[in-house]
Amino acid sequence: MIDCQNLVKHYGPLLAVDDLSFQVSPGEVLGFLGPNGAGKTTTMRIVAGFLPPSSGRVAVCGYDIATEATAAKRCVGYLPEGAPSYPEMTPRSFLEFVADIRRMRGESRRARLEQVYGLLHLEPVLEQSIDTLSKGYKRRVGLAQAILDDPKVLILDEPTDGLDPNQKHEVRQLINHMAKDKIIIISTHLLEEVEALCSRAIIIAHGRLLADDTPANLEARSKFHNAVSMKLGDLSLLNEVNDAIATLSEVERTELDTSSNTLTAFPVPGKLPLTAINELAAARGWEFAELHLESGRLDEVFRTITGGASA
Amino acid sequence: MSSVVAVMRRELRSYFLTPVAYVFIVIFLILSNTFTFYLGNFYERGQADLTPFFNFHPWLYLFLVPALSMRLWAEERRSGSIELLMTLPLELWQAVLGKFLATWIFTALALALTFPIWITVNYLGDPDNGAIAAAYIGSLLMAGGFLAVGSCISATTRNQVIAFILSVTACFALLLSGFPMVLDLFSAWAPQALVDTIASLSFLTHFSSISKGVIDLRDLVYFALLITVMLYANAIVLELKRAD
Repeated sequence: MIDCQNLVKHYGPLLAVDDLSFQVSPGEVLGFLGPNGAGKTTTMRIVAGFLPPSSGRVAVCGYDIATEATAAKRCVGYLPEGAPSYPEMTPRSFLEFVADIRRMRGESRRARLEQVYGLLHLEPVLEQSIDTLSKGYKRRVGLAQAILDDPKVLILDEPTDGLDPNQKHEVRQLINHMAKDKIIIISTHLLEEVEALCSRAIIIAHGRLLADDTPANLEARSKFHNAVSMKLGDLSLLNEVNDAIATLSEVERTELDTSSNTLTAFPVPGKLPLTAINELAAARGWEFAELHLESGRLDEVFRTITGGASA
Repeated sequence: MSSVVAVMRRELRSYFLTPVAYVFIVIFLILSNTFTFYLGNFYERGQADLTPFFNFHPWLYLFLVPALSMRLWAEERRSGSIELLMTLPLELWQAVLGKFLATWIFTALALALTFPIWITVNYLGDPDNGAIAAAYIGSLLMAGGFLAVGSCISATTRNQVIAFILSVTACFALLLSGFPMVLDLFSAWAPQALVDTIASLSFLTHFSSISKGVIDLRDLVYFALLITVMLYANAIVLELKRAD
């Protein structure tokens, strides 16, 4: 359990985090979303125990991060932004160091180290110094360090930044695999990552919490939610179809994108126009090249919620 | 304690993974011997002791020890690994002590490698080996004092050059605090008690008696206190200035 209450963080005159409160329970994967400079990294640093908040309190696994810092940190694995490590060391000696600090011992330590090397495919570079590694390997060394002691809480600041699509997929699978009984907080710019990974998303801008919901519910806030997009086989019918659909009682308005010849019908709030459109098409004998129901567009919701905040 | 050892081992290993260790040891050995034979007139004095050797240690340390200590925290800040270190489950004092001990052990190693000069003086004459042992201990303690000052200053910045220059300056002031050029700054306005206190802070006065083979409890306490206070200040600096 992570419990953050009324977190505030000032950097001199700059207010980086403004009265942020949230709780995370085991089994949840929480995505932190927000424009650059929104306070994501600062919040994660506070929760991980690196920065003390100007006011407010954080409890991790029941330990107050201010007064029982070491006990709290013992149950947290943290990947800082940019995955810093010691460039002159090899991944093996670096991870052995982390295992020392985390008091891992004996056979279980050896087995866990081997397992983590395997999970993150580090075997080929174990004896190479970290500063000679590619960005992807550096990131994976940082991830290996975070998951090494199988902590109850994982805080990952942009875990897939700098990875190629295959590596991104693997890291997401790894996170999904660990998600069952852990608390995982990730920050990301990638909205597809939120959909792929997170059971819950928090959107912050200017240090304030703007939305806290499941990705599906956030998508439902989109004007595209339950909208129907279609492409016609016969383009000459486009205007006729547009006019007909616009008069349906379930449809609030339509939009015609002439560059892709895509017609989008936006629903009256709470209505599902798909069936009506299907029936109309069957009655009139229209043929669609494409027809699909939109679940909502997270990027559009993100822009609406954080509107103007990215400046 | 195991965390202190872990930090210490990692830090020591880093010295040997970069050229720092080898450059330091070689330069330290070359300079300490050059000073002893050319400036200290080791042969010409005709005495079987290591006074000319140890007399130059404060001045050698003045430049070499800050070169060792400058990276301790400044490098962690620059590379961002300080964020990693301080979110691992260890207490701040364990990290500070572990890093300090690593550099101190490293200096002890460099000092131990000067053993040929001890063999030489024993070959040439019949020196007081007890006094030489005491001087080695004194030299190591003084290096510890320099290191603790350097470590504390290194924690204030992310720039190693700044850490080096400030450390040299601070160590220079500590070395000379018994001398008029420092005391004159204070004697005009400060009460005599303060001037005496500053005078008693000098590395040189405390080292010179040990280097003659006299181990006085006050000198040991001086170095122990200096190291403790500086490491404590080091931890406070880190506590106050984490992110930048």
